[in-house]
Amino acid sequence: MSRTYTKKDYMSDQIIRWCPGCGDYSILSQAQTVFSELQIPTENLVVISGIGCSSRFPYYVNSYGFHTIHGRAATIATGLKMSRPELSVWMVTGDGDALSIGGNHTAHVLRRNVDLQILLFNNRIYGLTKGQYSPTSEQGKKTKSTPFGSLDHPFNPAAFALGCDATFVARTVDIFTKDQRDVMHAAYAHKGASFVEIYQNCNIFNDGAWDALTEKVTREERVLMLKHGEPMIFAGGRKGIRLNGLRPEVVELGEGGLGPDDCLKHDETDPYLAAIIARMDFPEFPVPMGVIHRRERPTYEVLANEQIEAVQARSGKGTLQKLLLGGETWKVD
Amino acid sequence: MHSESSKPLHTIDSVVIRFAGDSGDGMQIVGSQFTNTSALFGNDLATFPDFPAEIRAPAGTLAGVSGFQLHFAAHDIYTPGDQPEVLIAMNPAALRVNIKDLKKGGLVIVNQEKFIPREFEKAGITVNPLEDGSLEGYNVVKIDLQKSTKEAVEGLGLGTKEIDRCKNFYALGMTYWLYHRPMEATERWIQEKFKQPYQEANIRALRAGYHLAETLEVFHERFEVPAAKLEAGTYRNIMGNQATAIGLVAAAEKAGLRVFYGSYPITPASDILHYLAGMKSYGVYTFQAEDEIAAIGSAIGASYGGSLGVTATSGPGMALKTEAMGLAIMTELPLVIVNVQRGGPSTGLPTKTEQADLFQAIYGRNGEAPLAVISASTPADCFHMAFEAVRIATRYMCPVILLTDGYLANGSEPWKVPDPDSLPDLSVAFHTAKEGWRPYNRDAATLARAWVRPGTPGLEHRIGGIEKEDGTGNVSYDPDNHEKMVKIRQAKIDGIEVPDLEVTGDPGELLVVGWGSTYGSIRAAVELARSRGYKVAQAHIRYLNPLPKNTEAVLKSFKTVICPEMNLGQLATVLRAKTLVDVQTVSKVKGKAFTVAEIFAAIQAKQ
Ligand SMILES: Cc1ncc(C[n+]2csc(CCOP(=O)(O)OP(=O)(O)O)c2C)c(N)n1
Ligand code: SF4
Ligand SMILES: [Mg+2]
Repeated sequence: MSRTYTKKDYMSDQIIRWCPGCGDYSILSQAQTVFSELQIPTENLVVISGIGCSSRFPYYVNSYGFHTIHGRAATIATGLKMSRPELSVWMVTGDGDALSIGGNHTAHVLRRNVDLQILLFNNRIYGLTKGQYSPTSEQGKKTKSTPFGSLDHPFNPAAFALGCDATFVARTVDIFTKDQRDVMHAAYAHKGASFVEIYQNCNIFNDGAWDALTEKVTREERVLMLKHGEPMIFAGGRKGIRLNGLRPEVVELGEGGLGPDDCLKHDETDPYLAAIIARMDFPEFPVPMGVIHRRERPTYEVLANEQIEAVQARSGKGTLQKLLLGGETWKVD
Repeated sequence: MHSESSKPLHTIDSVVIRFAGDSGDGMQIVGSQFTNTSALFGNDLATFPDFPAEIRAPAGTLAGVSGFQLHFAAHDIYTPGDQPEVLIAMNPAALRVNIKDLKKGGLVIVNQEKFIPREFEKAGITVNPLEDGSLEGYNVVKIDLQKSTKEAVEGLGLGTKEIDRCKNFYALGMTYWLYHRPMEATERWIQEKFKQPYQEANIRALRAGYHLAETLEVFHERFEVPAAKLEAGTYRNIMGNQATAIGLVAAAEKAGLRVFYGSYPITPASDILHYLAGMKSYGVYTFQAEDEIAAIGSAIGASYGGSLGVTATSGPGMALKTEAMGLAIMTELPLVIVNVQRGGPSTGLPTKTEQADLFQAIYGRNGEAPLAVISASTPADCFHMAFEAVRIATRYMCPVILLTDGYLANGSEPWKVPDPDSLPDLSVAFHTAKEGWRPYNRDAATLARAWVRPGTPGLEHRIGGIEKEDGTGNVSYDPDNHEKMVKIRQAKIDGIEVPDLEVTGDPGELLVVGWGSTYGSIRAAVELARSRGYKVAQAHIRYLNPLPKNTEAVLKSFKTVICPEMNLGQLATVLRAKTLVDVQTVSKVKGKAFTVAEIFAAIQAKQ
């Protein structure tokens, strides 16, 4: 008996405790829409999170959910996915959760390519602990823990993920609802660890962190929407990205005969190109959004299970008798 | 194969022999071969390998000495022996490190070629111990091992280095002659292990050593240790870590679960990972994680998914797993955590044994965070206690810490293999019925919540580390609910059914209580004391949290209770707190097991 799922089926009965106006609401809503569009049976959907405002996410999804400990969601998700590959496992994490305390696990889950959808809510702040700077906060940021400005150079999450040989790296924004859903669909379709950085506004402790990029009036100039196989053009077609040696540069289109064909073409499958564009940042460049990189590589849970099956096919399934009597034995009468 | 000897053969009851050499000298190999041969011969035995912490410390130095001690006997034995009667020393450093342990009048076989100034310097000595009278009172046999081995393998076209690698088998051959051991099992092993021409070379070296011993005048007699009268059954020789691995897999089979083993390499626990990684035919998942936190996290994830999540580590790794244990306690998932204890704190003594993690196991977490703690007493007992860990974890939906230690992990003894059908059934039923179910409803008898696997329709729910509302499992910050849940979690652990504490020996006077790997030394010391007319008894605590229900009654039935521990008195503190009995500590924290003599002395002191 197959049933059809509506968005409502993915909403739990728990009261949502995020601050009114928090960007997390939109992400939850897009995810629930995507779950329903994908018709993932609620019982086969598992959402695993660490600790942080963002990590409250599983409580609000009507599915199996595990709110774990700070930074360790990837480890729990790895154990689950290896042993239950048939489940659709989504991991929700924050910039502190994934890149500070959990940085080690993030690196390893990506290189192993465990088939998970990893949604990193990047609000460039520690929300739950009330406003300390995070590993994605801009240097010099004044927060409660850095009254004279932070000293740390920030991570670029997409570049970090590419450095870990992630097979899927995408970026989107909490308020770009349609693009966000497209990216989630692509992440789900990808077999492997899908790393999705979502710019998220914390309107309490870091309000407007992404405004410079995402405000309607400036968006066109400051954001580059990536499309596989198409030239990198932004600002309503007036500007594009061109490669000058190994360095990207912004060029004006139209004048001097430069057209879309002179611009860099996006190729999701090219890791070298991904490394270049992931580093493009405001204000020198528009910030690339969408799927930055996507590449096929065997997934970890498939390899793990195949290895077991291969051994069993070769030497037969173990029995208790064989286990206990392995090695050299002797009899005493 | 070998001709019968013309020299007299004496029957003796037991022998303790120690092979010592450089880490590169293959002492562990010959030690295991002697062990295997004696096991197949039918002796009872106990072994103790002693490794240096450095993999290959500079050759010839004290830091590089590796040893293997074996006690084999015609009767039941409990320890690898306090003092060897025979020492094989491959170089001056090995002699210097080990000679103090040798029994007076004992036999030393030395590789004479290495007793040269260059080697003395490396061993930190200035005069030749073979000539300075320091070996007076010992029976010293000097052999030119390299030269003799070279002659034995002549014509096989081996280089000096390769010849050198066969000399351990030459020495082994000599000891085989001395103790009238058959060589077949070792020859079989060599045939399986080595390609030609090394196979031929090692076999020749082994046989040449055997024949040389026959011709040496210093060996005017040889000895035989007859088979022990062990209980009827099928036996195999087993090391502690191996027994742990097999116990986990056997229990999982009996539970109808797959083992998921997440681990990060650390001495002396790594061998559990190595064994389990080879057990893929049993459907075992092994995951070498990026650190101990990921290791336990992955095991928790697997348990959540309906596998048997297991992780093992030692000292520092245990410290890293602490937070995740709290998560498993809060989410009430089954989990087995093995701590193969080593000397601490911090990096401590990686290759040496200790029992100083008991407090950490019982108390070492934030909040009121009770879990079950059990321990293994002998290498073979690791099988039984690993099995028990799985029983408790799955029946009570809780994490269980199994404490073993380096001494058990690498030690070995004959293990009577159980009949698979005699092992208790641990079958687990995942909950699937919707009717009346809530995530934190409990079984009335065990207080365990139901195990619901993701993928079960209609039972979608959320769990996590935040305090749970009783029954629903929803997030709750209610003060009364918190206190109630703290008490429920405690009551669940307190209510775990464990067997009563057994007492062997004489009632009423002196009790020697212990836990873990001190079992063998205590048992041997208590038997010795009783044979000399002392009134003394032994009780060994295998279930440390909760304690057996009769613990207090047992302790209170003795006038005096002493507790030998390889720490400063952790079990004694626990017992004093829980029973108000004046348990007196006998402490040893040297990275070494108690000798029988030390415990015997402690018993004597209380007479
Ligand atoms: C081991 C541990 N250390 C510290 C904390 C406190 N803590 C909770 S959330 C958090 C940071 C969260 O930041 P982020 O991951 O960016 O999530 P956000 O709240 O911004 O969504 C910290 C430091 C904790 N819960 N556990
Ligand atoms: S503190 Fe910030 S991130 Fe957290 S819920 Fe409030 S607005 Fe959202
Ligand atoms: Mg944050």
